Amino acid sequence: MKISLSVNGAARVGEVEPRTLLVEFLRSHLGLTGTHVGCDTSQCGACTVHLDGKPVKSCTMLAVQADGQNVTTIEGIAKGGELHPMQAAFRECHGLQCGFCTPGMVMSALGIVERHKNDQLDERTVRHELEGNLCRCTGYQGIVNAVLMGAKAMGVKVL
Amino acid sequence: MHAFDYDRPKSAAEAASIRAANDDASYLAGGMTLIPTLKQRLAQPTRVIDLGPIADLKGISLSGGNVMIGATTCHADVAASSDVRKSIPALSVLAGSIGDPQVRNRGTIGGSLANSDPSADYPAAILGLGATVHTTARQIAADDFFKGLFETALEPGELITKVSFPVPKRAAYMKFPNPASRYAVVGVMVAETASGVRVAVTGAGACAFRVTDMEAALSKSFSVDAIASLTIPADDLNNDMHATAVYRAHLVGVMARRAVAAIA
Repeated sequence: MKISLSVNGAARVGEVEPRTLLVEFLRSHLGLTGTHVGCDTSQCGACTVHLDGKPVKSCTMLAVQADGQNVTTIEGIAKGGELHPMQAAFRECHGLQCGFCTPGMVMSALGIVERHKNDQLDERTVRHELEGNLCRCTGYQGIVNAVLMGAKAMGVKVL
Repeated sequence: MHAFDYDRPKSAAEAASIRAANDDASYLAGGMTLIPTLKQRLAQPTRVIDLGPIADLKGISLSGGNVMIGATTCHADVAASSDVRKSIPALSVLAGSIGDPQVRNRGTIGGSLANSDPSADYPAAILGLGATVHTTARQIAADDFFKGLFETALEPGELITKVSFPVPKRAAYMKFPNPASRYAVVGVMVAETASGVRVAVTGAGACAFRVTDMEAALSKSFSVDAIASLTIPADDLNNDMHATAVYRAHLVGVMARRAVAAIA
């Protein structure tokens, strides 16, 4: 089946089987390997990308379901070689050790910022809304600090 | 995953007609259950009929004292809806407690109900609030909808189009979530509706069910004390690695009392 969609702002077309997962299309067809496959059972969140601006697990979605839509991956958020403020915050706060979960964490963090950009954000909310992402290294403290710092840098009121 | 053909109909009627012509076809809504099932090869549909792009199946509106929710409306949209928050805050809370943010951005109310997972949250909502399930063929009262483990009153190919929730006087949903999956080990919706008090339980049995003893007691006196001594038998309850049947029976009482305490 032919699909055409926007990936990181660029129009892309592909020929896929209906059973091809979105994450397979991104990684194998487009070579965008920043999106990871951790558990392949929609639990760990390493495969999180944005579909029309909203975080989804790309291992639990068919590529054909993204036809005609806008996908943003971790490769699409830095501008002009400069880290996105959320990426910079993860580096600053040691929000990663092995880094495997990091692309999904950052994409989920941007979802948290989007949902709370007009109100305020606290640590409890960040911990709650990272429920869809697992990290097996850090114990989460650095990640939570990073999300709060990144959100602040993006103009969200952080308590 | 086995190979399958893929259809993207433009209307619910077209979806139903494709399904009618293909016995082995599956509807695909948010895919949060179907896609993992396909990956494990627990289902092998020859066609998958994608309901996602059908605009008529999506959306939330208020009409004549009812909140109408389209079948493919995702949990995040129900949780965030100002109409739902104003009219039935318990439903907003319930939708916002399903899975995690990414799952809530894809999973749908129609998919959840059609699947009738014993641990899903929405079954407690429609049963507790006395909702009506609208399909391509008819309207089904929540009391007639759940038939057993992953079994509903839906005929093969019958497609849920929307769910209509009468706005209750008050309602609360309390859930003991599995800490990993956030599925309900036990969830209880307590509501005072125009037609009486309703207490609906999910997670505990093969499918969602009502607790009529508690409803009768709460009708006389809507208070925690009224149901403090009421228990439900553990005989037919789910017994698995997450909780024993006896523990689930206990949790039904605890969650029901917490729900009543929240709105009494």
